[in-house]
Amino acid sequence: MTDTIGTPILQAPAAEGSSDQHMIINMGPQHPATHGVLRLVLELDGEIVVRIYPEIGYLHTGIEKTCEAKFYHQVVPLTDRVNYLDPLANNLGYALAVEKLLGLEIPEKGQWLRVILAELSRLNSHLVWLGTHAMDIGALTIFLYTFREREEILRIFEAVAGQRMMTSYIRIGGVTMEPPLDFFSRVQQLINMLPVKIDEYSNLLTGNPIFRNRLIGVGYISGDDAIALGVSGPPMRASGVDFDLRRDMPYSSYEKFEFNVPIATAGDCWARYEVRMIEMKESIKIIQQALDGLPEGAVKAYAPKIVLPDREKMKTEMEALIHHFKIVTEGFNVPAGEVYQGIECGHGQMGYHIVSDGSAKPYRVHMRYPSFATLQALEAMCKGQMIADVVAVIGSIDIVLGEIDR
Amino acid sequence: MAEALNTKLEGKQAVVEAMADHPAVKAILAWNPEALTDALFDRGELSLTIAREQILDAAYTVQAAGYNYFEDMTAVDWFPASPRFQLSYHIVSHGLKERIRLRAWTEEADPVIDSITPVWPSANYFEREVFDLFGIRFENHPNLRRILMPDDWEGYPLRKDYPVEGYR
Repeated sequence: MTDTIGTPILQAPAAEGSSDQHMIINMGPQHPATHGVLRLVLELDGEIVVRIYPEIGYLHTGIEKTCEAKFYHQVVPLTDRVNYLDPLANNLGYALAVEKLLGLEIPEKGQWLRVILAELSRLNSHLVWLGTHAMDIGALTIFLYTFREREEILRIFEAVAGQRMMTSYIRIGGVTMEPPLDFFSRVQQLINMLPVKIDEYSNLLTGNPIFRNRLIGVGYISGDDAIALGVSGPPMRASGVDFDLRRDMPYSSYEKFEFNVPIATAGDCWARYEVRMIEMKESIKIIQQALDGLPEGAVKAYAPKIVLPDREKMKTEMEALIHHFKIVTEGFNVPAGEVYQGIECGHGQMGYHIVSDGSAKPYRVHMRYPSFATLQALEAMCKGQMIADVVAVIGSIDIVLGEIDR
Repeated sequence: MAEALNTKLEGKQAVVEAMADHPAVKAILAWNPEALTDALFDRGELSLTIAREQILDAAYTVQAAGYNYFEDMTAVDWFPASPRFQLSYHIVSHGLKERIRLRAWTEEADPVIDSITPVWPSANYFEREVFDLFGIRFENHPNLRRILMPDDWEGYPLRKDYPVEGYR
């Protein structure tokens, strides 16, 4: 198969009808605007982008292969590391998929807690996007502001999970444990404060002529192209496609919440900025509803052979200790089958595709991550535009290289 | 769909009888009933197994039936069974708010299948990933190169006869 291997990018083809040669330029892998280690090989006609070849794989660690060698519950910490800006959405996607295989019902309180945390995680992801995106195109101040608010979200994650980024809080069968006593008041404080802060960001950016000129009309993609090229999430909705998994194919009791799915039709970087800014406020609405109507009950399912027992019980009940020992040492068998669970994470449609052969280890775990598909649209968005716009477009599609390379 | 989450329908016969009104099943049957070799409705998810040679036309058919968004594809290695590789395509309909799975099987001796990039260009990276990690070739793919592993890598890491630890 040697004919299919090798990089066909070494020679710059001449422009059609011209004797001028196009120039090949390497952007990345160590470029601050590529949000990780993304290498873009740009074919340029002067300063105009003709073609883009993304070269990925620098962060490939074979997480999918590693999953096949772990027990089901041991995979949860691996999922955190895939998209490190949206850890709880990763946990949620994986947990929902395994629960679908097991046929496990999660108590309502557990589901609502998951919703609160998934939305906080989305806010975290969007705040990082806003800070880095604005920083990429020259608005340095905003980065410090968004990271200040993000810090508060990370502190809440630390309070519930003991970890700021690699949370592993949402597990198969519910969440790890009851959140600490001050959790709800801290979340309430956060969402009281955030709308003001988001308006503050908006004041800094929305009317800023430099920011507007860098984004408006840049990186256009039509709705049909977005669908054809696999764009999902906010970039897709910014092109006028009205689809959100939370609303249209609800999971984890999202159907019980009222929220709007912001749509923009312009399809450019500015539309993507607007959609995400509104989405943050909608996330806050969802969290408020979840805090107000949080049901009573347990946070994890009653399934002693699957869900790890509470620490307290392990010290007082022999059965709990036995179950803990068995889950940790030999895992639990999952009925054979194939499931796909899609969820809407901060970047778009994420999905976990798990195939079980009936044993205690997953036979195959495939992770569908939105950035991987969205990256394919980069060329369509940047074609015919200036090289400086590539930086704006990469920021606006909000990619994380951890989830592209896995 | 109306079917409860816990119903399980196994085999082409059962699915065709119970779900004849399902848009995807209807479209596939209207196009070519022979191409549908097996079907399964399990845990609320519909899987339609398509004969390997027909996958491209099947993709066109379900796209015309309203399944407009290609979400995901991957392979599963059932080593040492034969046929060895199972390919799963997940396709979402924005209008019907529903997802279906197309399956196809390919042999170990000649792991090859038609690329569905003419239908959904977004399958490009996903097929490259399967080529890279499983060694399954896609006919008429525009740029079938390794995507995650280095270009000169030997072996296909996600195959079951490739060790998890150690060097090849």
